[in-house]
Amino acid sequence: MSNETLNWTAVCKVGDILPGTGVCALIDDHHVAIFRLGTDTFYAIDNIDPRTGVSVLSRGLIGNLGEHLVVASPIYKNHFDLRTGACLEAPEHSVRTHRVQVEGDEVLVALS
Amino acid sequence: MKIILVGHGMVGHKFLEELQQHQIPGAEVTVLCEEARTAYDRVHLSEFFSGKTADDLSLVAPGFFAESGFKLRIRSRAAAIDRRARTVTTQDGETLHYDKLVLATGSYPFVPPVKGHDRDQCFVYRTIEDLEAMKAAGAISRKGVVVGGGLLGLECAKALRDLGLETHVVEFAPRLMAVQVDDDGGRILREKIEALGVHVHTSRNTTEITDGMTARHRMVFADGSHLETDMIVFSAGIRPRDELARQNALAVGARGGIAIDDHCRTSDHDIYAIGECAAWRDQTFGLVAPGYDMARITARHLAGQTDAVFSGADMSTKLKLMGVDVASIGDAHGKTTGSRSFRYVDECKQIYKKIVVSADSKRLIGAVLVGNADEYGTLLQLALNGIALPTEPEFLILPASDGKAKPGLGPDALPDSAQICSCNNVSKGQICTAVGDGATTIGELKACTKAGATCGGCVPLVTQIMKAEMVKRGMAVNNHLCEHFPYSRQELYHLIRVGGIKSFEDLLARHGSGLGCDICKPTAASIFASCWNDFVLQGELASLQDSNDYFLGNIQKDGTYSVVPRMPGGEVTPEGLIAVGQVAKTYGLYTKITGGQRVDLFGARVEQLPAIWEELIAAGFESGHAYGKSLRTVKSCVGSTWCRYGVDDSVGLAVELENRYKGLRAPHKIKFGVSGCTRECAEAQGKDVGIIATERGWNLYVCGNGGMKPRHAELIASDLDKAALIRLIDRFLMFYVRTADRLQRTSTWRDNLEGGLDYLKAVLIDDSLALGAELEAQMQHVVDTYQCEWKTAVSTPEVRQRFRTFVNDPQPDARIVFVKERGQIRPARAEERDHATADSMTV
Ligand code: SRM
Ligand SMILES: Cc1cc2nc3c(=O)[nH]c(=O)nc-3n(C[C@H](O)[C@H](O)[C@H](O)COP(=O)(O)OP(=O)(O)OC[C@H]3O[C@@H](n4cnc5c(N)ncnc54)[C@H](O)[C@@H]3O)c2cc1C
Ligand code: SF4
Ligand code: FES
Repeated sequence: MSNETLNWTAVCKVGDILPGTGVCALIDDHHVAIFRLGTDTFYAIDNIDPRTGVSVLSRGLIGNLGEHLVVASPIYKNHFDLRTGACLEAPEHSVRTHRVQVEGDEVLVALS
Repeated sequence: MKIILVGHGMVGHKFLEELQQHQIPGAEVTVLCEEARTAYDRVHLSEFFSGKTADDLSLVAPGFFAESGFKLRIRSRAAAIDRRARTVTTQDGETLHYDKLVLATGSYPFVPPVKGHDRDQCFVYRTIEDLEAMKAAGAISRKGVVVGGGLLGLECAKALRDLGLETHVVEFAPRLMAVQVDDDGGRILREKIEALGVHVHTSRNTTEITDGMTARHRMVFADGSHLETDMIVFSAGIRPRDELARQNALAVGARGGIAIDDHCRTSDHDIYAIGECAAWRDQTFGLVAPGYDMARITARHLAGQTDAVFSGADMSTKLKLMGVDVASIGDAHGKTTGSRSFRYVDECKQIYKKIVVSADSKRLIGAVLVGNADEYGTLLQLALNGIALPTEPEFLILPASDGKAKPGLGPDALPDSAQICSCNNVSKGQICTAVGDGATTIGELKACTKAGATCGGCVPLVTQIMKAEMVKRGMAVNNHLCEHFPYSRQELYHLIRVGGIKSFEDLLARHGSGLGCDICKPTAASIFASCWNDFVLQGELASLQDSNDYFLGNIQKDGTYSVVPRMPGGEVTPEGLIAVGQVAKTYGLYTKITGGQRVDLFGARVEQLPAIWEELIAAGFESGHAYGKSLRTVKSCVGSTWCRYGVDDSVGLAVELENRYKGLRAPHKIKFGVSGCTRECAEAQGKDVGIIATERGWNLYVCGNGGMKPRHAELIASDLDKAALIRLIDRFLMFYVRTADRLQRTSTWRDNLEGGLDYLKAVLIDDSLALGAELEAQMQHVVDTYQCEWKTAVSTPEVRQRFRTFVNDPQPDARIVFVKERGQIRPARAEERDHATADSMTV
């Protein structure tokens, strides 16, 4: 899919996300977790933790487990791969990933 | 088959536990227990004086009798046996039939038949009742004498000294511990004991006890001298309780005791005898381990397994008497023909070590260690397993000097059958198997094998074997924090403190790899806080916090947070209560009194937190750190201010302590309790730090907890004034912060400290690591740099603005839905939430 056909939404400024943390954005009733790794790498996944149905993944700690870049859900610490959305502990609880890009100092997200 | 057990002491109970394992079909077991309570740990009896209760000492697991179906008769003494009718008659006149009878009647303390031995305030040292009586007498006495300078006598002397008495030991033989220790060792031991303030009188034969002039009693000795004292405890040896055997013409040993064969059967094969009352080859055993052996063998024999035989016991002992190490192994006196010895004496440090080797110098047959018994484990294994000695055996006991490493005994040198824990008969092989089954800490090994759980003497060796086995199995002996740091938490703490490291980026660059994870980030954040105490949500530190710490609240199942304002010591003014109530009302929060004597407000959404806290702060409240691995609460009872029994102001102290340590980040949460008297209404002995007021100051208990595995705290110091108390708590907390593993509460930490409570006391009280001043200074830094995290958070705009549900929309999370129950909100269940509309939300 090319950039033109995606529906990009500006959600916040780069400076609104502290490096090494995440935020949640509301896009068309959809809860999206956006993470900032280091200063200029961003990932977006669903914010709702499938195991509990609670909208919290953006509040998890991020890091890596082996090859996987992950966020740990704050509720039961299950890990989600930021690049694929796969739940490492229980694949049936995987989430969707979304596109993020930065234009100037705007963070834009396109739902997949 | 009807089995009757006479005597429910240590060995009797071990027998029941073994019997239960065998599940003999049709067995009906009745236990006659003479004492007022079921079996308890006599080996640790003296700990009754340092705060252990009868319940703590109990050996009987809750529900044991209900589960096993064994019938128990308390306060029921077997008065007579009729061997022909196979019946036992109790002192109440009840007659019970048996098919097999097991006698486990133990010993009684021997009291020399001197005139006046039965005067008031004369005691023996054997049962909990004896100790209760001694305690009562100690309270009205100034001076106390122990008759007998053996193992038990010295233990008893320590108890008297701890009761605050001027303590004397009177011994008939020319030296202390005559059985285990030789003349030179006895001399060093005596000097050490005297240095501790106990008066020792050897070669004294008491002839009479009469009225004293300056004290209650006067003891008159054969040499004409005398000694006056208010109380006397006889500890002059024990005698087997073999009276039932004697009445019934069962064979007895040459020096007393019920004679038994290798299967523990008496001369009547339907009657067994085990423990201290039994004599095997004319020998009785005054230690618990051989008794446990007999218990196992008898249970097996009753179950039809006749292969198990009793083959004597090793009487080696190691103990700490008033902080002095004393150990004796095998032929300590070198009585074996042709044996030769090596000795090392250091009169400055007061250390004496001797080993006795066989005529050909190839085997170790005995040893005596006084003042330092570090080599006990190695020497005992060399002796027990007949392992060939190195060519220069003297180096086994000489202090290590450079170039010449001490010949240790690697665990590999031991055969699998080597008995490592003699108290519980655990072999090296069993320890290795347990490691294979997943026990990888000393605490877990104790729980599953019992190795190390009784006298504790074998713990260093058990630890070595465990570690060696883990290496062998390719298990990570490493306690590395996670894949990002090849260090334990303790090592990481050290690297951070010594390196002055203040950021995770720097820590990762210098000592780690990768990006970090949800294990190492919060750990590092906690260590940074313990060391430097900067605001936890400042800059990069914020990104390391576990999500509860990040939002300074505990996340609940629906993604809302709880709000717990600190109420030091559980004290709160009416105005404070009203303010809390008002906040709860304004924001529609669920209100509950916690188990920690304060109020918890539930159901706050992320974006509401700063405003809620702003109101609480305005009313004088601070963060309660309910979310942090840090000091939680200091529970108090009302104390002397109001309570008619209170002896000191427990609330005042609790408030002061809570204010001192609030905010301290630690490996796990920390809870305190302060009680105003021994009734202990604040449950201080169930806390990490527990304090109980006494007539003379404060008693300090450490390393207790409730929770999943409740555990009583242990007394480490008594009658402290407040300054000394605070100094000791400073040291304790900082030492814990420095050395514990991640998420290790103080009790597990203490269980895994090699050397246990004694080691902890040495470090904290005797300052054996010379760390005291440093620990105190580090704590003072934390105290001086305290800030209320919520206050800083609400007044720092860039931090405050992070408390939002959506970065791009001010509306609340519509998925959070509450319903009412008992007049308050609660999170809607899934099915309730699906029906609810956004309107039903409480805003
Ligand atoms: C609120 C409270 C229950 C209540 O309504 O009374 C509570 C609530 C929680 N406790 Fe607790 N505990 C509360 C008192 C206790 C007590 C009682 C006490 O402190 O006297 C204990 C046993 C005593 C002890 O800790 O030694 C207790 C033993 C635990 C444990 C088990 C700890 C252990 O070592 O076994 C956990 C789990 C853990 O920490 O790993 C736990 C964990 C929790 C957590 C944090 C579980 C979680 O992650 O969500 C709960 C959330 C707290 C919140 O949202 O505010 N809570 N918890 C109590 C808050 C006390 C306070 O004022 O801060
Ligand atoms: C202060 C102290 C410290 C010790 N320290 C150590 C140590 O460090 N290491 C070590 O190995 N050992 C130690 N011991 C010794 C250890 O406690 C004993 O070896 C152990 O208790 C023996 O167990 P037992 O069951 O044979 O006797 P006991 O534990 O004495 O039990 C015998 C029970 O039988 C009951 N009884 C007797 N006659 C009758 C009857 N006719 N009817 C019904 N009941 C009856 C008695 O009341 C008693 O309860 C210590 C002992 C004491 C007192
Ligand atoms: S006992 Fe369990 S359910 Fe109850 S508050 Fe504590 S952690 Fe929560
Ligand atoms: S030898 Fe006593 S506990 Fe192991």
